[in-house]
Amino acid sequence: MEDHQQPPLSNPTIHRGRSDLDHESLSKLFGKLLNELTLTMSDFDAAMGASPAVPSGPDVLGLAAPHALKKVKKQKVLLMGKSGSGKSSMRSIIFSNYLARDTRRLGPTIDVDLSHVKFLGNLTLNLWDCGGQEAFMNNYLSQQRAHVFSNVGVLIYVFDIESREVERDLATYINIISALVQYSREAKVFVLIHKMDLIQPVTREDVFEKRAVLVKRKTAEAVAIMRKQQQHQQSQSPQSPSNPVLDIDLQLFATSIWDQSLYKAWASIIHDLVPNLSVIETQLASLGMAIDADEILLFERTSFLVVSKWTSREGERNPYGDRFERMSNILKSWKHTCSKYTGTPRNAEQFSEFEYKMGTTFSMFATKFTTNTYILVCMPPGEARFNAAKLNVAAARPWFKFLDGPVTVAHSAMSSHQQQHIPVGTPTSAVNSSNGNGGPSDSGTTVPEYFMANKDTVL
Amino acid sequence: MSTPVEGSGPVNLDAGALRSRLAKYQSPAALKLYRVYEQNRQRLSKDDGAIAVKVPDSTATVPQPRGKPRLLLMGQRSVVFHKLPPSETLFLESTARIQKDSLNSFMEFQVWDFPGQIDIFDNPNFAFDMDAIFGEIGALIWVIDAQDDYLEAVRRLNTTILHLQRSYPHINIEVFIHKVDGLSDDYRLDIQRDITIRIQDELSDQGIENAPVNFHLTSIYNHSIFEAFSKVIQKLIPRLGQLEAMLTNLCRTCRFEKAYLFDVNTKIYIATDSTGPEDMASYEICSDFVDVIIDFTEVYGSWPRSREWRARLEGAPWHQPLEQQVACEWAESGMVLADARRPIMLREVDRFLALVAIMKEGSYEKMPQINMNVDVVVKGLTEFFEITKQKEVTGAGVGTGAVQAAQGGTVGPVGVQGE
Ligand SMILES: Nc1nc2c(ncn2[C@@H]2O[C@H](COP(=O)(O)OP(=O)(O)OP(=O)(O)O)[C@@H](O)[C@H]2O)c(=O)[nH]1
Ligand SMILES: Nc1nc2c(ncn2[C@@H]2O[C@H](COP(=O)(O)OP(=O)(O)OP(=O)(O)O)[C@@H](O)[C@H]2O)c(=O)[nH]1
Ligand SMILES: [Mg+2]
Ligand SMILES: [Mg+2]
Repeated sequence: MEDHQQPPLSNPTIHRGRSDLDHESLSKLFGKLLNELTLTMSDFDAAMGASPAVPSGPDVLGLAAPHALKKVKKQKVLLMGKSGSGKSSMRSIIFSNYLARDTRRLGPTIDVDLSHVKFLGNLTLNLWDCGGQEAFMNNYLSQQRAHVFSNVGVLIYVFDIESREVERDLATYINIISALVQYSREAKVFVLIHKMDLIQPVTREDVFEKRAVLVKRKTAEAVAIMRKQQQHQQSQSPQSPSNPVLDIDLQLFATSIWDQSLYKAWASIIHDLVPNLSVIETQLASLGMAIDADEILLFERTSFLVVSKWTSREGERNPYGDRFERMSNILKSWKHTCSKYTGTPRNAEQFSEFEYKMGTTFSMFATKFTTNTYILVCMPPGEARFNAAKLNVAAARPWFKFLDGPVTVAHSAMSSHQQQHIPVGTPTSAVNSSNGNGGPSDSGTTVPEYFMANKDTVL
Repeated sequence: MSTPVEGSGPVNLDAGALRSRLAKYQSPAALKLYRVYEQNRQRLSKDDGAIAVKVPDSTATVPQPRGKPRLLLMGQRSVVFHKLPPSETLFLESTARIQKDSLNSFMEFQVWDFPGQIDIFDNPNFAFDMDAIFGEIGALIWVIDAQDDYLEAVRRLNTTILHLQRSYPHINIEVFIHKVDGLSDDYRLDIQRDITIRIQDELSDQGIENAPVNFHLTSIYNHSIFEAFSKVIQKLIPRLGQLEAMLTNLCRTCRFEKAYLFDVNTKIYIATDSTGPEDMASYEICSDFVDVIIDFTEVYGSWPRSREWRARLEGAPWHQPLEQQVACEWAESGMVLADARRPIMLREVDRFLALVAIMKEGSYEKMPQINMNVDVVVKGLTEFFEITKQKEVTGAGVGTGAVQAAQGGTVGPVGVQGE
């Protein structure tokens, strides 16, 4: 302990950036900055002339009123495609922390491998990884047809780009689509053109486009036929309620387990399934604006898929359009590195805190956020700004509690109706959002207290 | 003859098809590329060659006669020095003639990539000026393909050593027994023993004892190749002991478990503390941490911000230029591991070097004090290298340091002078 108090080496001058500060004066300065900060935030709000910049008590959480926050959602997700196309591989990498090379050890899936993936607290994926060998496929389409295809939320269909039997693969795909439409006409369909790494980089986009056009055309043809059948049936029995015109919500992705494209596709798949997404997005935006961030990413804890994101106007200028899936990939492979180093299982929590300040260019931090999420915040440079952002992100946690499960949802949403139940250090008091109506959230007094309480952890 | 240790049977792809079919990766740092691992193992390519490393003369009074010091190599140049992921080495053309490159690294090297297929001592097609090639070098790296029949390679190595021993006995000879991925541990050691004996027997037959020959087991599919290069280069750093002492001192005062001074571009560590035993695992995690930082730097730090953005940040209520709002103009980072809360920290030293250290559990709270100590050491390091700093590139992307130079790869070399 003692040796930390004094400069370590013979050289007595300590330079820290441009200011010569010892530890004590640093903390004094920081105290001062914190006081400035209260000003800053309210000034900022005033300047913006906008609505409260942070999820501020009932106003914002009104969006998340108990009735609006849905209960746990269970989603049946079918994962289908020819044997060896890479279904189990993808699933294992995304949800079970496999490394890409580990997938070589996977054997073919026998029948259906059913797993319940808990994604966030309020979404459970019933993932049906359907073995793709012909006998199994025929079985799904015949005996087990109703069992397999009813109540499906999402179908993920995987094509192996290397397959030589394109026509045949497409025919099977169409059979699956027909069965799906028959039993779950509302289901969304994601088609993954997979193993793209095996295609030469220069022709990759071309090859994908061609294949995508083909799949879309086949799908459209099949839909047209099914529509005709539907009309025919309706004209046969005009008294039956007429169904809305049949259509299929189809999205295509080029994927490979060897790069970040996998994360892009799966983040899109998940995106539509996450309950209360608009609430998450609104709150993330409020948070981002309040702390003056340039970008915020919210990751699910195990898969590191991006659940939601917010980007400032300046942040939108970032030329790296693939950065979200790239961040997933980077952080997940970092997690693997850590697991190797610490000898703890890969699915264990591997890091809790990350900070990176790159001089006057930017600064960022990533941290465990709620039980089920990590948050990554990219900030403009500046110590005070950075420290305030960290505090406020910590303070904003309660407002995202609903990501951890339905019970907490009800609780936090309820208590938000009673101002005095808001825990000390909620965003309301922390950043002094100026909602203009005085009262408890006029936090001239609460703010300093809150910050003082947290000062030690910052320094 | 190779003994597979992992994976299934052979993949029937010929090399040409592989070269044309394999992917190019977008994020070399982050992606672990094992896809070609097995396929590679099947591919027994001729792979022997020599890499010669030359460091600047430490006595700065003697001017460098031909400008840049030289790094002559045949072999795995691309992987280590150009930060290619292993898979991309499949797209490398075989080296057909001597290729000369400048190396963007902490020391200014010149890279000469030698064709592996020619014998420089006995080849009528090439008239080599031996003095020009070997006169200034400090080490010669000879790469032997452990997955191939290496008898011929060993024979040529012996010839080379004999030549060098006569005229340039100061040159360290570093033998990389390469591509040992896919070979079992036992088999690796067998090969190493066999090669060692073959070389030593030959040398003592010729009356040469105690030649400076060292052996390294390497592969591009893990960190061993970087570690081996690190060892080679460390031997050539003048007054390495002082560097190590600085790091050791830092470890003691800050209670670090391990500290490395990284050349960010190559991920070679040019010095480490001498407190603990050698530790591959620590090197690996620190090296991967450098990768993470490089990736973040590319995505968020490599594009210019708008003028309005800066104006707003420097306006009310801050009223300060950004330069004064930050505590440190160089990149600094910390990551706390969940188990035992062991932090890892990184601090950019200059355009090429970064200090990376594994801290003791619970010490993250003491970051401010630690940072002060680190600052002192960084200052010492900078003095040690007497880096002649070029003017910072101005614009929104200021703070151009090692991590940014690494991802951009376009920053020109900076002159280095020995003390
Ligand atoms: N090159 C390449 N290989 C892949 C990719 N994805 C999966 N593979 C490989 O493809 C093989 C088969 O993968 P699986 O995931 O078992 O295939 P599957 O679709 O589950 O097969 P069934 O269970 O029989 O239906 C494995 O050896 C994987 O390593 C990819 O993106 N690129
Ligand atoms: N399995 C395996 N393959 C490797 C390793 N290092 C290189 N290779 C492969 O060996 C091949 C030749 O690599 P190069 O670096 O071009 O070899 P070189 O010695 O420069 O060859 P020349 O220029 O022809 O002399 C490439 O396909 C690499 O992917 C290794 O550690 N393990
Ligand atoms: Mg399977
Ligand atoms: Mg070569």
